[in-house]
Order: sequence, then C-alpha cells, then structure tokens
Amino acid sequence: MDAAKPPLTPTREFWLSLRQNRGAIAGLITVVCIALVALLAPWIAPYSPILTDNTVFLSPPAWQSGGTSAHWLGTDAIGRDILSRLMHGARLSLFIGVAVVALSVVCGTALGLLAGYLRGVFDVLVMRCMDVILTLPSLLLAIVIVAILGPGLMNAMLAVSIVVLPHYVRITRAAVIAQGQRDYVTAARLSGAGHLRLMLVEILPNCAAPLIVQASLGLSTAILDAAALGFLGLGAQPPSPEWGTMLADAREFVLRAWWVVTFPGLAILMTVLGFNLLGDGLRDALDPKLKR
Amino acid sequence: MPLLDIAGLYVDFPSHQGVLHAVDDLRLQLEAGEVLGIVGESGSGKSVSMMALMGLIPFPGRVRAQHLSFAGQDILRVNETTRRSIVGKDIAMIFQDPMTSLNPCFTVEFQITESLRLHKGLTRKQARLRACELLEQVGIADPIKRLAAYPHQLSGGMSQRVMIAMAIACQPKLLIADEPTTALDVTVQAQILDLLATLQKEQDMAMVLISHNLGVVSEVAQRVAVMYAGQIVESQNAQKIFDAPEHPYTQALLQAMPERSSGQARLHTIAGMVPGMLDRPPGCLFAPRCSRAQAQCATPAPVHNTPQGQVRCHLPGSALEEQMA
Amino acid sequence: MSATPAQDKSTAVVQAQGLSQIYRIGQGLLRPAALLHAAQNLSFRIDAGRTLAVVGESGCGKSTLARMVALAEAPASGSLLMGGIQVAGASGAQHSILRQRVQMVFQNPYASLNPRQRIGQILQGPLQINTTLNPQAQRVQAAQMLEQVGLRPEHIDRYPHMFSGGQRQRIAIARALMLSPSLLVADEPVSALDVSIQAQILNLLADLQASLGLAYLFISHDLGVVRHIAHDVLVMYLGHTMEQGDKKTIFERPLHPYTQALLGSTPTLRRGFPGAKRMVLQGELPSPLAPPSGCVFSTRCPHATLRCHKERPVLQAFHGRLIACHEAATLAELTVVADTGTH
Repeated sequence: MDAAKPPLTPTREFWLSLRQNRGAIAGLITVVCIALVALLAPWIAPYSPILTDNTVFLSPPAWQSGGTSAHWLGTDAIGRDILSRLMHGARLSLFIGVAVVALSVVCGTALGLLAGYLRGVFDVLVMRCMDVILTLPSLLLAIVIVAILGPGLMNAMLAVSIVVLPHYVRITRAAVIAQGQRDYVTAARLSGAGHLRLMLVEILPNCAAPLIVQASLGLSTAILDAAALGFLGLGAQPPSPEWGTMLADAREFVLRAWWVVTFPGLAILMTVLGFNLLGDGLRDALDPKLKR
Repeated sequence: MPLLDIAGLYVDFPSHQGVLHAVDDLRLQLEAGEVLGIVGESGSGKSVSMMALMGLIPFPGRVRAQHLSFAGQDILRVNETTRRSIVGKDIAMIFQDPMTSLNPCFTVEFQITESLRLHKGLTRKQARLRACELLEQVGIADPIKRLAAYPHQLSGGMSQRVMIAMAIACQPKLLIADEPTTALDVTVQAQILDLLATLQKEQDMAMVLISHNLGVVSEVAQRVAVMYAGQIVESQNAQKIFDAPEHPYTQALLQAMPERSSGQARLHTIAGMVPGMLDRPPGCLFAPRCSRAQAQCATPAPVHNTPQGQVRCHLPGSALEEQMA
Repeated sequence: MSATPAQDKSTAVVQAQGLSQIYRIGQGLLRPAALLHAAQNLSFRIDAGRTLAVVGESGCGKSTLARMVALAEAPASGSLLMGGIQVAGASGAQHSILRQRVQMVFQNPYASLNPRQRIGQILQGPLQINTTLNPQAQRVQAAQMLEQVGLRPEHIDRYPHMFSGGQRQRIAIARALMLSPSLLVADEPVSALDVSIQAQILNLLADLQASLGLAYLFISHDLGVVRHIAHDVLVMYLGHTMEQGDKKTIFERPLHPYTQALLGSTPTLRRGFPGAKRMVLQGELPSPLAPPSGCVFSTRCPHATLRCHKERPVLQAFHGRLIACHEAATLAELTVVADTGTH
C-alpha cells in the first residue's frame, strides 16, 4: 500500500488520463486561447469594435490585393475592423456560453436532485415538464420565448437556458437515483444525516462527472444557439459585435466580400470545436472513474 | 499425449504505471477425462489463464507462451478461423454470473441452438430437438416451456443450468467452469456441482473448475492446482492437498478457513498483501509473507516434482506436520 | 435465544418480538399492489458481547431483518426493544439516542464508502451530525478509531479507492463504531472478501466484541463463518424462522430438514460439520410473492407429509432449541438412530 511516491489524488489521476487524449489537449489549448483573447480584448484589439470609418468600408484582408496592413482581416460594410470585432465578440460569446450553462446547470441540477431524491408526484411533474420542453424543436422554442419576451441578448440567453434545461435535469436525476441506492448513502442515513445533508454532501458530489461533461458540451451548444438567434435578429442587436449578429449583417455580401461572412463563421466553428473536443476528452477521463 | 498442454504461459497488462503480470510462467497439463481444480484468491490469475486459452483476453493484454496446445494443435499459432472452430466446439466455458452471461435479448432456444447450428450444421428443427434434450440432461423440468423463456424470467440456478446446456451442446472435450457456483445459493450450489460431476462422467469430458472456495473444488476435482500472484505454487491430488499441503501458502490458506478453526477464538491470518504491480518481489513471490522464508527465498523458487505432484518452493514440506508433532 | 431465560429484560441489547415486514410491489393506477411478506414473526434476543447469526438463502428475508433492526425500515408489525427503549413509539429525541446505539456494516466494501470523501470526512461525518465536538477533536477520534481497526492513522487523508477490499471493510467498521454503538448489524460483511482477508476481519470483529462488549447481528450465508463467530443461530427460509438456538445445538444436532440441507449442501471439507450428511435438495426456491401453503419448506422437504402441505407449523421449543416443523419428533428419533448407527 505504501509506494515510494505518495498516492495519486483523484485530480492528478484525472489530469494524467486527460493528457493522453490529443484531441482534448487541442481543444483545451483552443479554449484557453479564445478565453485569453476574450479577457484581453480591450487592450489587444487594434480598434474599437463600434468605430466606423467610411473611408475603408469593405476593405479586403491584408494578404489580398486591395487590403491594407492596418486591417488584418478587412473591414465590414460600414468600415468597422473585423479583427477587433471578432476579439470583442469572443467576450460576448464566452459570456453567453458560460452564463447560459451556469444558469441551466444550477437550475437543472437543483430540479434533478429534488426529483431524483423525493420521487413520487414531484418527480412525475418535473419530468413531464421536461419532456414537453424536449418535444419541441429547441431553436423554435427559443424563438418563441424570445418573441414573447422581446429581442435582446439577455432574453436570448434566458431562452437558450430554458431550452437546454431538460438535459441537465435528466442527467442529474438519473445519477441521483443510481447513487441513492448505494450503501454509503444508507450508512449516512443511519448515522442520522438529514435530507439536505444526504442530497448535497453525499449524493451530489458523486453526480458531478456526467454533469461536467454535459456542461462543457453545452457551452458549445449555447454559443451556437445564441449565434443562431443573433443571426435571426432575435439575439444580440447591432452594433453589438456578437458573431451571429455579424453573420446576419454580412448576408448580402457573401459573394462580394467573402471575408465579412467567413471570419465570424470560422470563429464560431473553432470555438465550438474546441469545446466539443474538450468535452469528449473530459468524458473519457471521467467515465472510467464512474464505473469504479 | 495430454489433452491440454500449457507451458510457459505469460499474460501481461501494460498500463502507464507499469506492467501487471497477471499470469507468470504457467505450466499445466490435463489428460482427457480428468478434472482439475484451480484455486486462488483474487489477483492470482486463475481466471485470466483460462481466458487466455479461450482467446478472451481484452486489450491491452498480451499473451505469450512456449506452447498452448489443445489436442495436439498449438492454439496461439493457428489462424483465427481454425481457432474459432476449436474454441466453442471442443472447448467450452461457463462463467460466474449467469444473469449477465446470457444475452438478455434472445430466448433460451436461440442461444442454445446458435452454437449447434454454427458448429454442427443442424437445421432449426433438429437443433430445437437437441436443445430440448440438453435441457432435460441438465435437469430442467418442462424443457419445452423453458425454451421460449428469456433469461430474465429464469432464476439463478436455472440460468446456470442453461449456460451448462449451451456449453455441452457440441459435446466439448474440455469444459472450463469459472466460479460456476459463486453467485448461487448454497443449496443450488450443491445441485449444480452434482450436475457438473455427473455430466463430466457421462460425456467423459475433461474439466477445469476454477474457484476461490477450496471446499467446492475438493468435491469435484481429482487434482488441484493452487495459484498465487500469477503462478501455480502447488499442484497435487485433491484428497492429499488438504491433508498434507506442501507449499506454505496452501498451508496458510487452509489454516485461515473458519471451518477448520477447531474452536479457537482467532483464525490464522497471512500477514502482508498480495504483490501488486509495483512491488513484485524479485525472488519467490510468497517470500515476504512466508513464515518459513530464508535467505535463499530472495531468488525465484524452483519447481520440485514430488511423488504427489509439484511444488514451487525452496523449502517444501509439511510444516503442518511439524506443528502437530 | 439466550441460554439463561431468567435474565433481566433490560440487560438485553436488543429484543425483538414478532417482527414482520410486508412490501407492496408493483402498484399501478388500476392494479392493486402485490404483497410480499418478506419477514414473518421473528423473535430473538441478543445480549452484550454475544453474536446472533442469521443464516438463509436469497429471498429468506435476512437482509430485511437487518434493515429493521438497524432502524433503516420500520417493521409492519411486531416490537423492537433496544436497550429498554421501544422503537415503535419513540420520540424524536429517543430516536436519535436509538440511532447511536445501533450501526450497520455492509456487504460490499466497494460501495459502502463515499468515493468522493476522504477517510477523515467519512469517519467524522457521524460525529458532525450527532455531537458538538469541534473539528480537531473529531479528527483525533477518527485517527484513534483507525488505529483501533488496524489501519495507520496517517491514512486519514486518503481516498477509499486507494485501499484494498479488506482495508475498506475495516474503515466501514471504524465508521460504524464512531458513535460507540452497543449493537452492530453486519450484513454479510466478509462475503466479498478473500479467505485470508476474511480471517483478518473476523479476528478484528472478535477482538472488538471482546474489548468493547459489542453485540452482533451477523447475517451470512456461509456456514463455516457462522460456526466460527456465532453464539446463537437463527435459520430463515422464505421469511420464516425454521430453527433457532445456540450454535452448538444447531450445528451438532440439526433437526429441521432445511438446516440439515444447508449443512449438508455446504461444500466444506467434509470433516467440518459433525452433524451434516451429504444432502442435495431438489427443486428451486419458491418466489416470495407466492409462498407455498402450509409449511413454506414443504415443497422441497424430503420428509413432508400431507399435514405439512396444509398447516403452517408453529415455532416451538424442542430439544433445547426452537423449531418450526410438524415432523420434529419423528426426525429427532431418526437422527438418534443414524448417529448411534455410525459412531
């Protein structure tokens, strides 16, 4: 039992498994880069994202003929620098992703925990509501909610949170029901632990793994959904540099000025891909411990 | 020529922390119609060695052997098709948990007739008839009704009988039973052991019975091999091994059994733990825990051939007799 | 059953009378629930420093009994007295006292410790809930308990998955002892362990019983273990008591056909049980949902008569034990003949 080196903590073991997955590391690096860009955007962006300059509208990227090194990725129809807009857009997109996931994780976990622990009528009620949400196509439901509440970034985020809520509720509930049967929960109950302690201290930490995986994959879904809403004009409103909204503005220029459409699209692609790879890697690293 | 001849079998599982030597230089011979019991605690390699024979070692396990021959053919060296025609037809295996060993999606009839149709080329009607006979042979009442049942509708004892029926369907020359009664109740255990003993005599099969329970093995086996940390440490006639064990591990194991405690308040225990991946002793694997260990035990133990069988020990001998004297 | 019936009731650690449990299975909207009589009319008494072993096969209700005695479930009927306090009508304050008097050790060492908590947290949990000790004092007690069960106190900050099965079971025992209970309910505590580790845990349990005066309710299907550790034995089949008495009587001269079958079926090294003849029962265990009429064992009993199939036998004292069998007297004569024949 006493090896020469101290035994590995769960965190260290998890990190060792994650490290072996190349895709996950690539995803992690991508995510970290985008996060850094988002954090430092006000200082490293060459221009203000909303500053317009009529003299250089629709200027191509620097490596094409007609482009200038003043605007590396070119400018859009009213002369705003695309690179700066992308950088500031990263802040928005990450903020949207994190806020949506945080809201749905907190609400979804709470509902799932209560449903799985209490069972009975409450469980049936909650799960049927979640089933109703799941039956409706997610984007359409989000559009309906935004239509009711009015367009805007905050309302779009609320709509996306509601739409992804059932996934977290179901995962948590399934994990709570499975863990609730285990002997260590019975042992805690026999020691006199009350319902709150059983739910929060004993059961919940053991349900974390599938939630973490779903959350990291959910980040990319949230960013995509918010971008979709923005593209439809229901999310972030112009002149906000949200990537989806940028795509909406650039629709008419697809053939004329490809860079106005392509770069926001690429940004969405890279971010979503990064989070997905990271999420897959997390699942592979955390799952074996679930089985243990 | 022995039916089963294993020499120098090694099974390793590499991982990023090191290599796990699940089976370490295993040598085993089994004649046709003989019953061998393999006894060991968890981590002894008893199941892994037989799974290596069947080709069931999962990735990333590595199997290598000097030779692993069955009925004259070296299984490790033949091609995949030939191997599959031997395993499943001439060698059959039954496992510990009947609830998870049967496919829950298919009826009993389908699962039994599957190997019949594959290996013997019977038609559906013929296979169904034979399946009925088999169920009667393993002691299942009302076999026609049971053929249509799904595994979840059967009790533990009945599922194990179905497993045995599947295994003997093609009249194998060798039946490997990996802890066949561990998951069953005591009274059902006795029935299944009786059944195995009867079938073995009727069909003149060789049988390897793997268990951690010395009592179970002593009921059925003619010869018993005791495994520790991947090696066979002792191999002897079944009756003699309990009266006069030669290896200190066998002696310690017998002394630790509560039914042999003869009324003392405390049981004998074996100090220390089974070597893991990182602390495998360079010499005799049992030396760190052995009460008889001497300086020479730091080198690998040689295999002695005694009149009764074999012992892997520097200092074999009945310490039990010494204590009683 | 204690050997001294004249003993004062208040000195018994636990006294059960007519404990029964009924489960409702499969209640649908339109369908009434099926009733599962998991345990029927169980009565026993355990004194300090003694072990009552409950043996039986699956579906016999021994786990249900364990849960009732450990206060995890309320029995459907019957009385349970723990240290003189009636469990059924206990107030909230009495209930927390009762809870500290009895603790449980489970079968699977890999599932009975919270994998996300360190050993220190696991052991201190019961103290946090039930006492007002500060964290340092709790930690000191936890470390002391680790030592008492044979582990190193430095391991208090490790996680369960770093320990072997036997060590985890020691930790589970340590956790059960944190509140200084007088009764330990052990539900197959050594069934999942290897023989050599089993011996260590059985020794530990014996030592703790001697030093702390603990009473044990020991559930097991392994008669070898039971013979070593028990003082009294209760044999169950399909929720009913078949035979009950002290160990020597039951093992040396089992009278109930089911007890004889259990002893006769156990694949021991033959010389283990003097009262056992090799015996293989026919048939399968009936479903607890549809128990046989009359004596529940009548469908598999080699000595069953017409009366056995119709009339349920009552548990009665006979030859120094309690036995529920119509044919007890006949069988007693048979075994005397057999014994005198072979010896």
